[in-house]
Amino acid sequence: MKKFLLISVVLLLGTAAYAQSNETLIKNATVLTVTRGTLTNTDVLLKNGKIAAVGKNLSASPNALIIDATGKFVMPGIIDCHSHSMLDTINEGTLAVTSMVRTQDVINPTDVDLYRELAGGVTTLNLLHGSANPIGGLNTVVKIKYGRPASEFLFPGAMPGIKFALGENVKRSSTPNTPGVQRRYPNTRMGVEETIRDAFVRARDYKRTWDEYRAASAKDKNLMPPRRDLQLEPLVEILEGRRYVHAHCYIASEILMLINLADEFGFKIKTFQHVLEGYKVAKEIAAHGAGASIFADSWGYKIEAYDAIPYNAAIMTRAGVVVSMNSDSDERARRLNIEAAKAMHWGDLTEDQALKLITLNPAIQLGIQERVGSIEVGKDADVAIWNAHPFSVYARVDTTLIDGTIFFDRQQDLARRPELAKERLTLEQADPNKPPARGAQSPNTPRRRPTGHTDDEIDQQEDRP
Amino acid sequence: MKILITILFICVPAFAQQIGNPTTQQGVIPARGTFAIRNARIVTVSGADIENGTVVIRDGKIEAVGTNVNVPAGAQSIDGRGLSVYPGMIDAGTNMGLVEVPQGANGTVDTSEVGELNPNAKAITAVNPHSAHIGVTRVEGITNTLTAPTGGLISGQAALINLLGTAPKEMAVVPQFALVINYPRIGFGGGGFGGFVQAPPNLADTLTANERQVEQIRKMLRDAEAYGRAQEAYEKDKTLPRPDHNVVLEPLVPYVRGERPVIFRADREAEIRGAIKFADEMKLKAIILGGNDAWRVASLLKEKNVPVILTGIFSLPSREDDNYDVLYENAAKLQQAGVRFAISTGDAGPEVRNLAQYAGMAAAYGLSKTDAVKAVTLYPAQIMNVADRLGSIEPGKMANLVVTDGDLLEIRTHIRYLFIDGRPVVLSSRHTELNDAFKNRK
Repeated sequence: MKKFLLISVVLLLGTAAYAQSNETLIKNATVLTVTRGTLTNTDVLLKNGKIAAVGKNLSASPNALIIDATGKFVMPGIIDCHSHSMLDTINEGTLAVTSMVRTQDVINPTDVDLYRELAGGVTTLNLLHGSANPIGGLNTVVKIKYGRPASEFLFPGAMPGIKFALGENVKRSSTPNTPGVQRRYPNTRMGVEETIRDAFVRARDYKRTWDEYRAASAKDKNLMPPRRDLQLEPLVEILEGRRYVHAHCYIASEILMLINLADEFGFKIKTFQHVLEGYKVAKEIAAHGAGASIFADSWGYKIEAYDAIPYNAAIMTRAGVVVSMNSDSDERARRLNIEAAKAMHWGDLTEDQALKLITLNPAIQLGIQERVGSIEVGKDADVAIWNAHPFSVYARVDTTLIDGTIFFDRQQDLARRPELAKERLTLEQADPNKPPARGAQSPNTPRRRPTGHTDDEIDQQEDRP
Repeated sequence: MKILITILFICVPAFAQQIGNPTTQQGVIPARGTFAIRNARIVTVSGADIENGTVVIRDGKIEAVGTNVNVPAGAQSIDGRGLSVYPGMIDAGTNMGLVEVPQGANGTVDTSEVGELNPNAKAITAVNPHSAHIGVTRVEGITNTLTAPTGGLISGQAALINLLGTAPKEMAVVPQFALVINYPRIGFGGGGFGGFVQAPPNLADTLTANERQVEQIRKMLRDAEAYGRAQEAYEKDKTLPRPDHNVVLEPLVPYVRGERPVIFRADREAEIRGAIKFADEMKLKAIILGGNDAWRVASLLKEKNVPVILTGIFSLPSREDDNYDVLYENAAKLQQAGVRFAISTGDAGPEVRNLAQYAGMAAAYGLSKTDAVKAVTLYPAQIMNVADRLGSIEPGKMANLVVTDGDLLEIRTHIRYLFIDGRPVVLSSRHTELNDAFKNRK
């Protein structure tokens, strides 16, 4: 990808290291612990990447970084259970079953939107494959360690997952027919079920082949192993409960379809993603034990979103479903605090219930609840410091830390601006960066950035035939 | 408390709550009457806040506001203790009522006409009063929208509407408020909500294409000037050859004469500057809609007194090296520079209900809270020349009022009462109806 010299240099500067210490004491804050209520005039001690203590009048060693958070609010880093940030591509859309592809292979740690998300108090992302296929690719759970190499983003111990998708996107309802080209199967919600059923029937046989081989090879070391099938292996992991299914869906009937299918094959859906009509079948979702990861109030952007209502979070929460609010958008990810607060506006969830929507609940949905999602001693030091209650529309993030390290700090961001402006000017006046004269190549146009529902954006499904 | 208030407020006609009957919301328009909201905090917007005040509404208008006003005999009383009264919010950059479901239901999309030049396309013609978006939006305190067509170069004419009525005529505040022009974008195709084409590879070709598009607009506006002069001359002197009527040029005449405003959709610096220059040359009364780069053009906007309707508060910065908060701060920077502005969602319909959050975010990043409220009430009313009727709580203005249990822009605040055109509006929508239908499903 072509990049201006200017952009590259500014990006490098953008990752300039903050003053760091392996010990940070946040003093005198209002602490939204999520699991232990709201504590006023409280200190939080972060040490060696973990939350070491939460209490009043804590002391720290002399070399600790002290942050005076008087009048400020500390909350756990926000977890976005549906993101496509830092993915160079989203959909392998040529086949209906693409469980062999991995988002982990296309993560770009220099995506500037990561920094913008840090500035919204977000620390963890569930990077999902797009929704072009009934069975999509494998997910990647990352911490937003912007400025570090890709390998350091990976969240150790997060449960492996996979994207499924149902409904209009996999039916390709908005893709026109091309004369002479046969449409990809499936074309209906009936076909979607059969596509997934076929894959799991094959996976079940494949698993049996391996189970039989392992049993037999215990007696006979000379047996040839079966041929590995990279498409079916992840599905076997699902059958064995070792991989979470995150299923994009909209309408009630397709949600029930997948629940029934999963029950038939004996596996669980970990999360229904978007699940706009989840409120219509909340008890069935709860009975299956699935979670729901939703938009706060997006609706009406296509037919299957026409019955979406902003009371979805409240109705499902009250039915016993573990609910999270996600972004599915680099833009919306910057204000998930507002999205969570909407569950208090529509449906009157309590503040703690609403806070969980973007902290502990998504952590549960990703199998990382022992590590993140609340402010408790022993958990990872992933926290954001806000200048006001994060559910206030007027709130702003001052500092975001991951594993005790500052990855965003507003004051330092502001302090660097004059220097960056100066450097930008110097670079703009440098010969190679002068605007081209008429007849030359056109300047780079700004890259189209998804602002709505990335999953659904056809132009993002760039691997489509 | 909540129940008490509800009981006190018994004038609201009962509505059927069944699903699947789209006329439940729109079929019955509540009658005007005489109402008094008492002992409330009144955020007049145009003047100081009034603690423990009363607002009297009669026959569609605000009759009196203050701490010591006469409540007419027979007025229906609303206990406003603990509540705040605000003017209804106005979103001056939507397609409200022109599209129901943008993807997969093309039959519900009436935003863009065929071709590039459609000045005679009038939004008010196609506004669907029974759109679910209207009910869903107004129950969040938005009482008015500017509804604009989007297509081509000259998209058509935008309407300022009340979000209440059974016919477009009943909704219209200004049926033909402004001409909408998509100022041609270098390297970008189409206009409005989502058009995107990769830049042609050659800059010279791109610039030429851009200039050609500007020239297309210029030619049509000049034709309209000439048309207007010819018609006028003929009216004065019937011995002259009678000029033919032209349905496309006719509606342009008041716009090219500067009698009504022209909205230019423009986000990037080059397009904003281009639009201002073009408006200067053609002597048009310009308004910028979009304005993501307006902060870079602030002194020129101020100098030319061109107002901006900002739609990009929640857009991602377009340049990789932009400050992360460049668009959150846009409104505050315009305010500091003395540029007139309003805040809009810029949305087709579904997102318009979130207008308050757009303004709130601007306040989180430098705009005063007072100005943030003005940016979605009085400022859009002023920009649209209807500040004599909308945008603040003053005697004589249209009674478009919202009664809340807290700060208008805060997410957790609930709307308690809503008046549009002096009519008490039931706070139900397609979404509350679906909620009621399913929330207790066992």
